[in-house]
Amino acid sequence: MPSVRQVLAVTLWSTAAGALATSILAGQAPSPDPRIGLRPGKADAGEAIWNLRVVSKTPTPEMFDGAMNSDLAFTGHYVIQGSFAGYQVWDISDLKLPKLKTAYVCPESQSDVSTYKNLLFVSGEDLGARLDCGIEGVKDTVSKERLRGLRIFDITDIEHPKNVGNVQTCRGSHTHTVLVDPKDRENVYVYISGSSPPRSPNELSGCIRAPNDPNSALFRIEVIKVPLAHPEQAAIVSSPRIFNDLTAPARHGDAPEDIAAAKQALEVAHARGAFTATFSGRERPLSDEFIQPLLDSVVKARGGTGAATAADSAALRGSLQAIINQMFGIEPGETTESHGPTQCHDITVYPAIGLAGGACEGYGFLIDISDPAHPVRIGAVADSNFSYWHSATFNNDGSKILFSDEWGGGGAPKCRATDKKEWGADALFTIADRKMTFQGYYKLPVAQTIQENCVAHNGSLIPIPGRDIMAQAWYQGGISVFDWTDAAHAKEIAFFDRGPMDSTRMLLGGPWSVYWYNGVLVSSEILRGLDILELTPSAAISQNEIDAAKTVRFEYLNTQGQPKLVWPPSFALARAYLDQLERSNGLAAARIGASRQTLTSAERAAGTARRNALTKLAGELDADARGAGDAAKVKTLAAAIRELAGR
Amino acid sequence: MSGLLQSGKSGSEVFVPEIPARIRAFGRAAIFLAVAVAGTASATRAAGQTSTPAPSGSELAASAKARSDSLRRPYTAADVNFMSGMIGHHAQAIVMARWAPTHGASSSVRILCERIINAQTDEIAIMQQWLRDRRQPVPDATPGMKMTMGGMEHVMLMPGMLSELQMKQLDEARGPAFDRLLLTFMIQHHQGAVTMVKELLGSYGAGQDQTVFKFASDVNVDQATEIARMRKMLAALVTSPE
Repeated sequence: MPSVRQVLAVTLWSTAAGALATSILAGQAPSPDPRIGLRPGKADAGEAIWNLRVVSKTPTPEMFDGAMNSDLAFTGHYVIQGSFAGYQVWDISDLKLPKLKTAYVCPESQSDVSTYKNLLFVSGEDLGARLDCGIEGVKDTVSKERLRGLRIFDITDIEHPKNVGNVQTCRGSHTHTVLVDPKDRENVYVYISGSSPPRSPNELSGCIRAPNDPNSALFRIEVIKVPLAHPEQAAIVSSPRIFNDLTAPARHGDAPEDIAAAKQALEVAHARGAFTATFSGRERPLSDEFIQPLLDSVVKARGGTGAATAADSAALRGSLQAIINQMFGIEPGETTESHGPTQCHDITVYPAIGLAGGACEGYGFLIDISDPAHPVRIGAVADSNFSYWHSATFNNDGSKILFSDEWGGGGAPKCRATDKKEWGADALFTIADRKMTFQGYYKLPVAQTIQENCVAHNGSLIPIPGRDIMAQAWYQGGISVFDWTDAAHAKEIAFFDRGPMDSTRMLLGGPWSVYWYNGVLVSSEILRGLDILELTPSAAISQNEIDAAKTVRFEYLNTQGQPKLVWPPSFALARAYLDQLERSNGLAAARIGASRQTLTSAERAAGTARRNALTKLAGELDADARGAGDAAKVKTLAAAIRELAGR
Repeated sequence: MSGLLQSGKSGSEVFVPEIPARIRAFGRAAIFLAVAVAGTASATRAAGQTSTPAPSGSELAASAKARSDSLRRPYTAADVNFMSGMIGHHAQAIVMARWAPTHGASSSVRILCERIINAQTDEIAIMQQWLRDRRQPVPDATPGMKMTMGGMEHVMLMPGMLSELQMKQLDEARGPAFDRLLLTFMIQHHQGAVTMVKELLGSYGAGQDQTVFKFASDVNVDQATEIARMRKMLAALVTSPE
């Protein structure tokens, strides 16, 4: 048995770069916040960084400089970066020196990009985007030269992408989501979200613009099926109307759509002779507070005084629906205005759990995608603090969902000291029994200047095992990494920010998206180019946790096609769990120390000796779990060590 | 993002930073010139051409030339009218919304009004900047559009804007009556903005400027979303508890 001194020495050694040491080195967020008062500039802006390290900053290539960079997709060691001028392909084999392989000219808004195997998908929506990728725009209001929809490229030869197909849609494609159905190896599906007005049916037949037409191009998403062997045959296979019958109140909580109860209430109202009118999708009883002044005005109009007569009531009943229609701005011929949103801004599919999160105008949706061509809305939440639901991210086990609010559309400075913390933020929900329950908000916790457009935007999970950690882009608010394991108390744990692009005016810039890909954070800077960063150990994230995160590797990544994070067995994984147990006092300190020691010696050993040591440790930890503060995590740790033993 | 895009600054500067608005003019021109000058002889058009840029002197020169061309942007009179007209349109919404605290509005209507003031004030700044960059007359943020006809100043109302009488009605209302009228009139007002977008995007050559296209698309989705929200609030106001 080793002496206490030896145990201590080994413990310190094995965690030298881990939790113990770093908790001494780094504690709370720096104060005052170094993001305040940064020098403006494009390449020479002041920078503030905490618990991150910049690996490289690569400016937008000259030929695309001036156009806005947009979203990112990944395949192998390539990053595909959308741009309003087309898209760029970067080789990031050398993270310190990304190399431009292709700058493909094809101007359009906003060039949202995704990849799958040899295919690249690019969204287009604006009026000037051309089928032939031409630069001259399309002036005619009706033209066969316009592309609004999805472009498909074959990138087998990545330096020479080949446009192999295009799918035109009524509203264009603001964003799209590639859904890889685990049951279908022949096809992929692409969900199209179009947020601009539908085009003329003379340009694309079937594009009906009237909202009250049952075949309206509004109130639906498009599902494109792409045969992998024949991408040129990609076509719309369904246009699911996932927005029907939404009458939820503008508040947190599930939209109950409890028609039976409402029907009963209406019957009661009818029985007592209440005034009713049809709005928000159904006939509803009107309140006395609303009716009384109207009755009074009927009496007054006939020059009478006192209480309304039966004739007055009848007169009011006759015109009540018209009054309501006018108040609600219901167009003539529009019988009801039950519809909520007409579109989603973005949809994140999580095939591993058969669900998608839809950010759809004034709502956050939970969508069943078990039948890829026929997604079904199974829940909806609204929030009076939210302006425009923008995107969704699940946590890895699917027990939580985060929605962001792109208040102001991304082009406005919504992180000023005067802007509320609940506005332009993320709203965090737990999911249980496929129902969403609001827990809290997360907003960039530092004020930005009026020269910096800033609001919640695109991000992804960072695969820290056992925790919900996310990196998110906030435009000129920079990059914020936060922990939302406790969804009611999300907390920032790292950041990177630059000063404004310009000291005199607001230019639309900053990180559009930041995604974790194979060990690093890759950020699309709208005006400054491509940034690559890595996490550095801190009190909030240990080196072991970072090492474990780096063991998660993808062949490709479309963040809106959320992959299940799976950690291969590793010593880093076991140590990461131990660091977490230490941080949360989830296991007795002595047991943590002893386990670290065993892991260290097991790692030095090989074969049977290693296997036996690890198996024994796993068994001991299983026993420890019973009395531990965080039994579940101790069991997870034991399972990870057992898996490591069996490798 | 669903974002409003920012246009570049004009004036004496040659370098015009970061403007999506100029993708059509500068961006497209720059791309064309860069490729053409780089000696892609067969590149009669730049579209779809790829290159692996190692900027040569001539490319940089071409780009600088393109930048100086960047002020020639293909916006139309319809674009300018939309951006000017929407300033006066937004300004009236702000006047209406500012009455909430003094007219006994409920807390939910107050919050709605705060958001309208915040959002539309920022948007007015964006529209004014867009016009300024193109050396167009920049209207003040006052309701309507001032026009002088026969020596008399008239205020023209854009679609959905409240008449003088409606504004008076709203100003005189208090408490729940104010809430109801504000929602009723703001729905009308927002629907007018949606109509203005529809008219703009149906005009020849309009919306080629990506700033205008994105701005108009955003006004469309933001205000349609807010109409849906206001209809729900209004429904709650006039419905008896179930």
